[in-house]
Amino acid sequence: MGKKENTLKNMFKGVGGAFFALVVMVVVLCVFTNTFATRLNFVNLLKQITCNCLLSFGLTCCLITGFPDLSVGSHVALATVEVCMYQNMGMSLEMSILITLAVGILIGATNGFIYSRTEMPAYIVTLAMQNVLRGIAYVLTNGGAVIVANDVGMKFFKLANATILNWIPYSTIILLIVFLIINTLLKRTVFGRHMYAVGGNSSTAIYSGIDVKNIRLVVYTISGFLAAMAGILTASRVYSGQPTTGVGFEGEAIASAVLGGVSFTGGVGTLSGSLIGILIMGVMSNGMNLLQINYYWQLVVKGIIILVAVYVDQVKRSRTK
Amino acid sequence: MSAEYIIEMKAVSKSFYGAKVLYDVDFKLKPGEIRGLLGENGAGKSTMMRILNGIYTMDSGQIFVDGEEKHFSLPKDARDAKIAFVHQEIALSGNLTIAQNMFLGLEKTTGKYFVDDVSMREAARASLESLNLNLNVDTLVGTLSVAQQQMVEIAKALMQDARVLVLDEPTAALSEKEVRFLFKQMRRLKEKNVAVIFISHRLNEIEEITDTLTVLRDGHIIADGVPTTGLTSNEIIAMMVGRNVTQFYGSEKPQGTDEIVFEVKELTNSVLDHVSFQLKRGEILGFGGLVGARRTELMSAIFGLDPLESGDIFLHGKKIVNKNPRQAIQNGFGFVSEDRKRNGLILVHSIARNLTMNVTSTFIKGIRYDKRKEKEIVDEYGNKLSIKMSSMEQLCQYLSGGNQQKVVIAKWLASNPAVLIMDEPTRGVDVGAKSEIYQLMSELAKEGISIIMVSSELPELINISSRIAVMHEGKLGKIFDEDEIVQSNADELQKEIMFYATGERE
Repeated sequence: MGKKENTLKNMFKGVGGAFFALVVMVVVLCVFTNTFATRLNFVNLLKQITCNCLLSFGLTCCLITGFPDLSVGSHVALATVEVCMYQNMGMSLEMSILITLAVGILIGATNGFIYSRTEMPAYIVTLAMQNVLRGIAYVLTNGGAVIVANDVGMKFFKLANATILNWIPYSTIILLIVFLIINTLLKRTVFGRHMYAVGGNSSTAIYSGIDVKNIRLVVYTISGFLAAMAGILTASRVYSGQPTTGVGFEGEAIASAVLGGVSFTGGVGTLSGSLIGILIMGVMSNGMNLLQINYYWQLVVKGIIILVAVYVDQVKRSRTK
Repeated sequence: MSAEYIIEMKAVSKSFYGAKVLYDVDFKLKPGEIRGLLGENGAGKSTMMRILNGIYTMDSGQIFVDGEEKHFSLPKDARDAKIAFVHQEIALSGNLTIAQNMFLGLEKTTGKYFVDDVSMREAARASLESLNLNLNVDTLVGTLSVAQQQMVEIAKALMQDARVLVLDEPTAALSEKEVRFLFKQMRRLKEKNVAVIFISHRLNEIEEITDTLTVLRDGHIIADGVPTTGLTSNEIIAMMVGRNVTQFYGSEKPQGTDEIVFEVKELTNSVLDHVSFQLKRGEILGFGGLVGARRTELMSAIFGLDPLESGDIFLHGKKIVNKNPRQAIQNGFGFVSEDRKRNGLILVHSIARNLTMNVTSTFIKGIRYDKRKEKEIVDEYGNKLSIKMSSMEQLCQYLSGGNQQKVVIAKWLASNPAVLIMDEPTRGVDVGAKSEIYQLMSELAKEGISIIMVSSELPELINISSRIAVMHEGKLGKIFDEDEIVQSNADELQKEIMFYATGERE
């Protein structure tokens, strides 16, 4: 039993406050609305967090290795467009998904390659890529939405919308698998160790013979892959390709990770922590919708909550010194 | 009104979160006195100085400046009381000019809002001149050497008519020649009746420059205002560590066998000029020289951090190439760099993470993570170097300098090197840990590891090295062999080394 407690403790190390906040939010919503604790809303919540969850997983990797990937928001938009267009070009759903993911890998690798080889700041490289990808999404669609014309048997629609036993969306299973893989990568592999080392102090990592450049390349590739995956599932959920979607998604994903204890300065954080951050952001949006708070005000509230949470975290950190 | 003491601290105490770090500290300083402030890391020196600087507020006690009680709650209060600080880490902005830096936060203005560059540059020039510094006030600080930057800091402090100047380890980054210059300046200040508090871990400097000593140990004052003359180094060390360090530099020097483990021939790149030397099994080869002698650059080139234009490296008689650190590590090299915070440690990570960094693949294979083996490694090297830690999960940022350095050394030992390069292995480390590191180095050498030690401290170089190589501007001038070191006395040898280090002899 002692050991189990320990792993639990480890899992929530540093994110105790965030976890507590999550519990409070859930309790409040259960008490003050009669729509929160329902099957329908539960399924809805799981579907809503899918996109941010995948992006946050990617950004957790990026932040642990040092710097965020700011291109993921527009990458989502491009991927939604791609996956629909490929189908309209007559490709099968499976093929469309595979190509979208492959392009995602390529985009991520491009980010990683430029950043690691030229040593331009990652912020600049991925910010530029953000514009490039958004632009391509507009060019491909002329700014309008793309609707899938021949979705045989609603297979594409079901991807993100169908559920198992009416409770668990398929997409949630995907999230779980991705979580397990990345969590293992971070916690149990040499590569994961090296990611933390590069983010913690890249110079020390170089002196220790760690291949800093290629680690950065791979990490941004992972982020690109997950952004493409997020785009595919988003397209399926809204059943169209939307070149305008994804604005500010990278901000929400970064906020989720940081809420979950991932350090903005690199080298520190866990995927389970990020997951709590993701749930907080998800429950918060969902709850504010249920409480019928105007979307514009939701943005204001979210911003303030991020500021407060990060400030609390920072105060806590400086106290332990 | 003029009192006998320029500064008097009475029964000053301070705690952090329940842990007491200063116990009723009494401190008295006369005008025109050069006071050495000594103590191991964690003894309370910096806390005491930060109270005097208004960065921390004391829990109880009193501070008198010139007989008048003062309450410091901000650095500005200390500045107003004419107490100036030059911190260990240089607090200048590299992108501003000397004049701009000297007036940072104190800008002179015409009217109320407009900066008065003309008079600021004039005043800055006067202040530099009073120190005999030949610098242009419009030079960007970032282009100056560390020593020059430090002089600018001192000039800045003096420009504010400081009556007390606190120098926190000012010599850590200085070459021998620059230290001389600093000492000359300190003596000039003394003549002007400025009191100087000098913090240093280098005993020979303390003995040379200070009039009196204050020794702190575990937050208690052990001695205050005792004259430096008449105390031997061993007595001073004994006061600091509370025990007698009889064998400060280790029992006997390792001599090494005749087997040549490592050899470089004619190493040349943009800063190195045909450097050749051999390293024997089980010896400590010291590298002396002034700052700018390119010793660190030589080590970086050997370790594959910097490219080589020509020259060969041989390990066990076989020609090898270290294209990058990874290859160097695989070939059996280790590199304890001179800046542990920058290149040696990941401060936000645990001791265990840092210590096992080079050998992760021995206990993580694929996704099989052998925690027990990891712990074994940490225990083995933690014990071997007696690293003081509350647990192996403790973060390195909370360790003292000495313990941090031990973690770095342990990290490199874990990868089992044949050749261990140690660049300034005791920089910023307190006396107790210093002695432990010396003992360890001599043990390692006796176990058969060949060590290259770069050191700017002559006593360390002379007392630790089996042989001493001296560099000057990228050239290796001379290697003193065992006999030459044994036969000459320490003063002679220091002089000889300086001859080659300054390039007067080649």
